[in-house]
Amino acid sequence: MSALTGLAATRRGFLGLAAGSAALAATGGRAQAQRVRTSARIAILGAGAGGTAIANRLANRLEGATITIIDGRQQHWYQPGFTLIAAGLKSASYSISQTADWLPEGVEWISEYAAALDPVSNRITTTGGRIVDYDYLIVATGLSLDWDAIEGFSLDMVGQNGLSAHYAGPEYAELSWRALDRFTDTGGVGLFGRPATEMKCAGAPLKITFLAEDIANRKGTRASTQIIYNAHAQSLFGVPIVHHRVRQLFDERGIEKRYDHVLKAVDMQRRVATYATPTGDVLTEYDFLNVIPPQRAPQVIRDTDLGWADRWQDQGWIEVDRETLRHIRYPNIFGVGDINGVPKGKTAASAKFHQPVVEDHLVSEIQGREGTERFNGYTSCPMITRIGRAMLIEFDYNDNLTPSFPGIIAPLEELWISWLMKEIALKPTYNAMLRGLA
Amino acid sequence: MKDLTLGTLIAVWEEMFGRGIFWAMVAVAAIITALYLYVLIRDRQMSMRKFLLAQLSMPVGAVAAVGFVLAVTSSRLSDMGGPIDIIMLMGIAAAGAVGFAILVYVAQSLVRGKQD
Repeated sequence: MSALTGLAATRRGFLGLAAGSAALAATGGRAQAQRVRTSARIAILGAGAGGTAIANRLANRLEGATITIIDGRQQHWYQPGFTLIAAGLKSASYSISQTADWLPEGVEWISEYAAALDPVSNRITTTGGRIVDYDYLIVATGLSLDWDAIEGFSLDMVGQNGLSAHYAGPEYAELSWRALDRFTDTGGVGLFGRPATEMKCAGAPLKITFLAEDIANRKGTRASTQIIYNAHAQSLFGVPIVHHRVRQLFDERGIEKRYDHVLKAVDMQRRVATYATPTGDVLTEYDFLNVIPPQRAPQVIRDTDLGWADRWQDQGWIEVDRETLRHIRYPNIFGVGDINGVPKGKTAASAKFHQPVVEDHLVSEIQGREGTERFNGYTSCPMITRIGRAMLIEFDYNDNLTPSFPGIIAPLEELWISWLMKEIALKPTYNAMLRGLA
Repeated sequence: MKDLTLGTLIAVWEEMFGRGIFWAMVAVAAIITALYLYVLIRDRQMSMRKFLLAQLSMPVGAVAAVGFVLAVTSSRLSDMGGPIDIIMLMGIAAAGAVGFAILVYVAQSLVRGKQD
């Protein structure tokens, strides 16, 4: 088992471990930060990846604080697993755990959704009518998938008639695999793409496209399969160098691409998708369609004035400083994860890197000093290009590639080791993050 | 992960295998290592006969380790995409080979006792 143990590492720690203990010796153990006494009331809105992790961190860090986390969802979803489920590599249960399993003692979980938030009076009202007053608020609601924005679409049809929608949840991802499995058995026209709004894991639409091509290839139906990727803009990915690399791989593998095509409607019976383009609507018949809808801040957030006044008006991401993740107009409010109105990175990797920054600034504020941690926009996308290979793409606000292992793991190369990280190391690292340990 | 620390790595490993299984594996590895040292000290020498069999069993351990990792990761040998992949694969094979060789040596020493 020592071989497998050797694989087990964090994204940053992976090679350090494989190479020996040199990295460990270099960085040393992180001393446990001293607990801070406070009577502050801290509310955390959302118990997904970001909210759960910060709850654990603050519970470890603060003594005497009243920490309340508000989320009505009983299940916790490991969303980076959805692509693997939708490609038939994992079952739905791979991504499902219980919210309660991850929350620390000493944190009160209100198992209801927020119905209203008043950032002026520092008050949250839940759907059950409970009032939560706070001194500090961490907004970690994640985002809402606006399925209704795709005219004619219904989640009830996922898995049937070539319809796939793996963003909707683990069960839908499994249903989506049934559709993909049938499609790759027989061939036909497969349509993929992404919405025009900001979205979580902008690499995921590309991954499922690559995987569909790979699966058709393995089944011997590639020759009778046409795979079309519909990009919402003039590029396949927001980071130019990654766009060019994906374009190259698409060309090599015969994946067609259409730019400026945004899915707006679907006729699920006739199997016709309608795309908005600069020159008018384009109708395309399909045998398989992967739907990823527009994404916005949850309604309860959009009902407040937390969003930016001059950007993303139709989406409502909150107005935080991109380096400190602190709200620009309400300094007692911080954002963690997808809800942040920052230029990049609605990913679990970003949510993870938000953690130490928000913890530092909040705890420093309680101590009456200024926090020093800064978030540089880091995000990570293990871009699966086929079963068994991926590109470990990491970048920051400035579109710089920020490889964790420069010179060792090339970010734009299709590598098995990058696949191993996605397949083996990512979920344990994510779980450790939830517990506030990574 | 901004900092790689032993505590972080242990947390990740615990999540990977489950806390009980992870520490059981650590315990098994520690016990086999301790037994290896025990038989070396007890016998006051390396038995070349046992070592020969242990060496001959190394390819078995190497193939088993590689096969195991490929199987649990839905991968194939054709997925190797660059030098780092080959290095990784060789590392896995080497770890499997050495681990299995030590196990075979210890098993022989414990079953047969000190022979030569």
